[in-house]
Amino acid sequence: MTESDRTYDHLLEVRDLHTEFPTRGGRVHAVDGVSFHVDPGETLGIVGESGSGKSVTVLSVMRLLQPPGRIASGHVLYRGRDLASLDNAEMEEIRGADIAMIFQDPMTSFNPVFRSGWQVGEPLRIHRGLHPKEALKEAVGMFVKVGIPEPEKRAVQYPHEMSGGMRQRAMIAMGLTTAPSVLIADEPTTALDVTIQAQILELLQQVSREFGTATILITHNLGVVAGMCQRMMVMYAGRVVEEGPTDEVFAHPTHPYTWSLLRSMPRLDSDSTEPLLAIQGLPPDLTALPSGCAFHPRCPFREERCVQETPALLPVRERQRAACWVTQSGRDLTAGPPPRG
Amino acid sequence: MAEAPARPQLRSVWTAAEPILEVRGLTTWFPVRQGVLQRAVAHVHAVDGVDLSVRQGETLGLVGESGCGKTTLGRSILRLVEPTAGEVFFKGRDLLKLSGSELRRMRREVAIVFQDPYASLDPRQTVGEIVAEPLDIHGLAANRKQRHQRVQELLRVVGLNPGMAGRYPHEFSGGQRQRVGIARALAVDPTFIVCDEPVSALDVSIQAQIINLLQRLQKEFNLTYLFVAHDLSVVRHLCDRIAVMYLGRIVEIAGSNELHRRPKHPYTASLLSAIPIPDPKIERHRQRIILTGDVPSPVNPPSGCRFRTRCFKAQEKCAQEDPPLDTVQLGDHRAACFFPVE
Repeated sequence: MTESDRTYDHLLEVRDLHTEFPTRGGRVHAVDGVSFHVDPGETLGIVGESGSGKSVTVLSVMRLLQPPGRIASGHVLYRGRDLASLDNAEMEEIRGADIAMIFQDPMTSFNPVFRSGWQVGEPLRIHRGLHPKEALKEAVGMFVKVGIPEPEKRAVQYPHEMSGGMRQRAMIAMGLTTAPSVLIADEPTTALDVTIQAQILELLQQVSREFGTATILITHNLGVVAGMCQRMMVMYAGRVVEEGPTDEVFAHPTHPYTWSLLRSMPRLDSDSTEPLLAIQGLPPDLTALPSGCAFHPRCPFREERCVQETPALLPVRERQRAACWVTQSGRDLTAGPPPRG
Repeated sequence: MAEAPARPQLRSVWTAAEPILEVRGLTTWFPVRQGVLQRAVAHVHAVDGVDLSVRQGETLGLVGESGCGKTTLGRSILRLVEPTAGEVFFKGRDLLKLSGSELRRMRREVAIVFQDPYASLDPRQTVGEIVAEPLDIHGLAANRKQRHQRVQELLRVVGLNPGMAGRYPHEFSGGQRQRVGIARALAVDPTFIVCDEPVSALDVSIQAQIINLLQRLQKEFNLTYLFVAHDLSVVRHLCDRIAVMYLGRIVEIAGSNELHRRPKHPYTASLLSAIPIPDPKIERHRQRIILTGDVPSPVNPPSGCRFRTRCFKAQEKCAQEDPPLDTVQLGDHRAACFFPVE
């Protein structure tokens, strides 16, 4: 904190975010009290399965929720300024210049009727008032930076004329044109083949190093988190159930859901053909959440208390927090679950 | 086998010591049509001269990236897609030469499980009807009672509550739907199942359940699997041997552990190096072989070795000559490459 004008703790900080969707079956708390922060040059991983609330969390940050979804309470502080209270025009400015988002499927984020270079240059025309020719030149320059071959030719192509990997690069280029300080990537490589995934992840790392961009990476792939993120948080049923430095979380998971996920994945570097540790049951239905800890029906470590009371996210190890009664009472998950009769 | 009609092929009677499935020179091209007359102006070389054999009781993994032809290969073997050329011997009989009743009888021995449990189940049929359909087609149930009992049994085998037979697919989760798909495949009591990306569409916590189920069923019913997938971690876990496909061709085939430890084809090596391992200590220090560019179009594949346009070891020779799969041969391990990885 050496800058004199700096009155905020983190570049982007989300505090106790609650996002809800009214449905016929009642209000669904898609995001239920989520807090996190991210700083320049670091990559935060958000892990979770479908329905865990990971995508809704970042859509809330970007204020891109589909109505009737809405932020019910909480703060989204960007350089100390609360985005949740901005009007649409102000938010538009932030989205154009400061915080950019890239999505899983680049085909749905590009407009099919405009040439890719025109779309990539759009934020520059709108937010910087650049002349279309200038904006196109910048877009071509950005294509070079993200490793798109024959950038002049690509810039005049339509999105459907590009391959999946190329479109994803073009979308990253679009996100980066205004040199945002925060880049949110929602499953950016899920739709891509592994060799292309490796290219895109390499590119994201390079961007974060070169521009000092703070990156939030949402993924269900723990392997991607292991390679990309310094810190991670695990979400389940709209809540953060565990967070901490990636190394610590992988070496000593302190929530049974994290522990189970790590053991349920087949690993490329393992010769074992033994059955995997499968997590029993199904991810929860948000309209009918279980009592107590939402993971308790699937949890091999479950105790009496877990069924009745919801645990808060509290420190369990030195740099790790978990929302779990079992580990909060001092139990080490590495010893495995108790035998059940 | 209790099959009465004489085998139409010249090959002698199949014995269990021989491969249960033997594919030779299998080729499936799709026409690219253009103009008012819809003339075929070119062909997509989806599968282009594949030789492959699968032994009884084993799981052979077929991996590759999108567009490599692995799904088309799986479907061509079952004749869900008609191949352009080649032979597919199943228990010694060429499936491509069978017709009518003979083909129908063979279909009782082979089944398929599809990738998308949402798209592959008819939403207007109950789960019980879906599972019973193969029984009806092949006349495998003598009466209603038997049919009902068989459906109940099949649902139980795949870990579903038989009481759910009257429900519709939309009432089930993705993992449960995949179980329904597996029950349907098992209905004919097959010996060979093509699993076409059966876990790719599922959540991580559900994938393990289905993987474990497939392993258990294999032991229980002595099944042979052709497991088509893009996820090499899953394939390594499940398969005895793995075949790697690129642009319609098999470029390498080896035992699962052998392929992982000593990949010979540069494409296999880069594929393996690109797969993230869920362990930060290992992951941060891994050497990745990052391929440049995209997969070329299968309409007009490159001359010589098809991988040469993205290969880090490519030389003159690779553009001129097409390396056969036995260019590298170390026992069971074969690779189509002139300059293999050390």
